[in-house]
Amino acid sequence: MSEPVLSIENLSVSFSSRRGVARVVDGVDWEVHPGQTLAVVGESGSGKSMTVLAATGLSPRGAKVGGTVRLRGEDLGAMSEVERRRARGRHVGFVYQDPMTSLNPVMPVGRQVTEASEEHLGLRGDDARSRAVELLDMVGIPSPEQRVDNYPHQFSGGMRQRVVIAMALANDPELLIADEATTALDVTTQAQILELVESLQERLGTAVVWITHDLGVVAGIADQVAVMYGGRILEHGTVDHIFGSPGHPYTQALLAARPQPGVRADRLATIPGAPPVPHQLPPGCAFYPRCPVRGDERCRTEEPPLTEIAPGHRVRTFYRAPHSGIERPAS
Amino acid sequence: MTTEHGAVKTGDVVARVEDLHVHFSVSRSAPVRAVDGVSLEVRRGETLGLVGESGSGKSTTGLALLRLVDATGGRVEVGGQDVTDWSRRRVRSLRRRVSMVFQDPAASLDPRLTVGASITEPLIVHDLAASRDARRSRVAELLEMVGLRADMADRRPHEMSGGQKQRVGIARALAGEPDLIVLDEPIASLDLSVQAQIMNLLRGLQEQLGLTYLFISHDLAAVEHMSDRVAVMYLGRIVETGTPEQIYRNPAHPYTAALLSAVPTADPEAERRRRRITLHGDVPSPVNPPSGCRFRTRCPAARDNCATTDPELYEVEPGHRAACLYAVEAVEEMRAGAATTP
Ligand SMILES: Nc1ncnc2c1ncn2[C@@H]1O[C@H](COP(=O)(O)OP(=O)(O)OP(=O)(O)O)[C@@H](O)[C@H]1O
Ligand SMILES: Nc1ncnc2c1ncn2[C@@H]1O[C@H](COP(=O)(O)OP(=O)(O)O)[C@@H](O)[C@H]1O
Ligand code: SF4
Ligand SMILES: [Mg+2]
Ligand SMILES: [Mg+2]
Repeated sequence: MSEPVLSIENLSVSFSSRRGVARVVDGVDWEVHPGQTLAVVGESGSGKSMTVLAATGLSPRGAKVGGTVRLRGEDLGAMSEVERRRARGRHVGFVYQDPMTSLNPVMPVGRQVTEASEEHLGLRGDDARSRAVELLDMVGIPSPEQRVDNYPHQFSGGMRQRVVIAMALANDPELLIADEATTALDVTTQAQILELVESLQERLGTAVVWITHDLGVVAGIADQVAVMYGGRILEHGTVDHIFGSPGHPYTQALLAARPQPGVRADRLATIPGAPPVPHQLPPGCAFYPRCPVRGDERCRTEEPPLTEIAPGHRVRTFYRAPHSGIERPAS
Repeated sequence: MTTEHGAVKTGDVVARVEDLHVHFSVSRSAPVRAVDGVSLEVRRGETLGLVGESGSGKSTTGLALLRLVDATGGRVEVGGQDVTDWSRRRVRSLRRRVSMVFQDPAASLDPRLTVGASITEPLIVHDLAASRDARRSRVAELLEMVGLRADMADRRPHEMSGGQKQRVGIARALAGEPDLIVLDEPIASLDLSVQAQIMNLLRGLQEQLGLTYLFISHDLAAVEHMSDRVAVMYLGRIVETGTPEQIYRNPAHPYTAALLSAVPTADPEAERRRRRITLHGDVPSPVNPPSGCRFRTRCPAARDNCATTDPELYEVEPGHRAACLYAVEAVEEMRAGAATTP
């Protein structure tokens, strides 16, 4: 297989406060290859955003970050802040949930789309403008020659997100990181954006890390899936592993909690309680307090290791139920 | 009144809007036609699901039922009475009969009040419990109904999870024993694992107490799960109504078909085979909606007639109505087209 575009190893992020130390990301490993999509899925606060922020050197002040991150094989931790910023600007594009966090309200969108390329590729004047038109066209903005001079407020939410994608792709990055990029959009607009990203990825070979809490979106776009909970990866595998034979009680419970199309069951399966708060993580398995399985005392006191249960399919549990019934792994 | 569909619970009509218009005038410019000719009725004991994209007028329709916004045209009826022009004082009694649960449980609770005080408020406003003791025991009873311990009454909102706050919002809405509860995106801001809890709670309460719901959501799977009947909105209008089976299995309006085809399902196999009907462009501005059929600017099946004739809701099968000049036929045509469009 090709070399990963981004690989993270044993990544951890913690914050200290009066309430104690919060380990919001703990022992996270994954990698993403050219042309592939890794979906990072989990409920709010599970550490999805913090993982990619820390991995790209953008974690907030006060965060203590550990582990190794390689971008195109190069150790980001060994670089100076300036080198890291340059590597990020040159090779990584970001798309966040709210397009206005990436857009300047008082600058024409065309200028914004190529601003980074002006810096990194030395693009100027008419060249920059025609590149902006080309990029807006590529992301499906109608009449880009006119729209290039418009301001963000003249665009709808879906069109602004397209502009942000154009901006993220301006430098032909090898990696696109999208954090809940379609969460605030209507399903019809979401479908347009997902199709756009897939076709660009096919054409340009971009690697994509797609962060979301929407399992439907994951099923549609992912090659690999990492399921996060309480700052850890509880399960990691191909999209078919995760949806076809989920091995972690949490993944199974999450999939069962969604209404099934055409079924209209009387009651939905539920997970009791709520996700944990990071400075009060349980000592054993993070899911223990809500877990329907709770095999034995170890679940409460010991953190289960991430164990490979099939090639490329890893699960962090002492007890797994591949298809039906509970199976105890040899240990 | 004729019953629309055999499988549907057919109680009497709890609330009805007829040719409802809600236009908002922002300064001197042309008004926003948020709701522009909506008729619907909610029957006792049922859940009517209201779906549609952002800005289609779902919340505004719900708010009109409580007179939290005023109709600029048409009628609002609750319990057989025309409440469209009720005075402010009379409207207070209306809000006992129709209550509402909002999307953001944090924003709908006063952060300074304890949970108990929040739930007591409607009891006082509507004069429902004579003594302090009566109020306290009613609060405890309401908390238990929504699956919270009675001692939660002393907590403040910031000490609770999102799901717990939404339970308190539901307890408040139950306080006056309303005839109708308008649920406006009640699960949208909750964690995935908590959404199912709240949907089960709402279903259970409905069975126990015979409640009637208007369930507003943009989550099509949740609406299918919760509803006895579904109405689909687009740009201030209802474009299709029917049972979940009719709407989800055999959509007759091109917009419904496109909307459903855009919803991703948690099944990678199905996603690989999926043929989307991609809608192009954006929803037009509700300030001046397109002539004729409002959906025609994005409709893959639009023809000349669609620009001049404004389609009414007409029956495509018993209990199933669609506002499209070429209903059913247009959807079949789009489906055939979707196979070839990349
Ligand atoms: N008070 C108001 N003043 C002006 N315009 C308004 C007002 N309230 C709503 N609107 C507009 O009316 C239209 C319908 O809004 P409404 O909130 O009913 O939509 P919705 O279907 O509930 O959307 P969402 O899914 O985003 O909640 C929108 O264009 C909205 O911007
Ligand atoms: N600046 C910060 N200081 C302290 N804790 C933070 C900070 N930013 C995020 N967190 C905490 O880190 C955890 C993970 O957050 P995040 O990665 O944003 O979750 P997700 O993206 O999965 O919703 C959360 O509990 C959050 O409250
Ligand atoms: S009336 Fe015409 S434009 Fe409107 S939905 Fe039907 S086919 Fe499409
Ligand atoms: Mg996040
Ligand atoms: Mg709304």
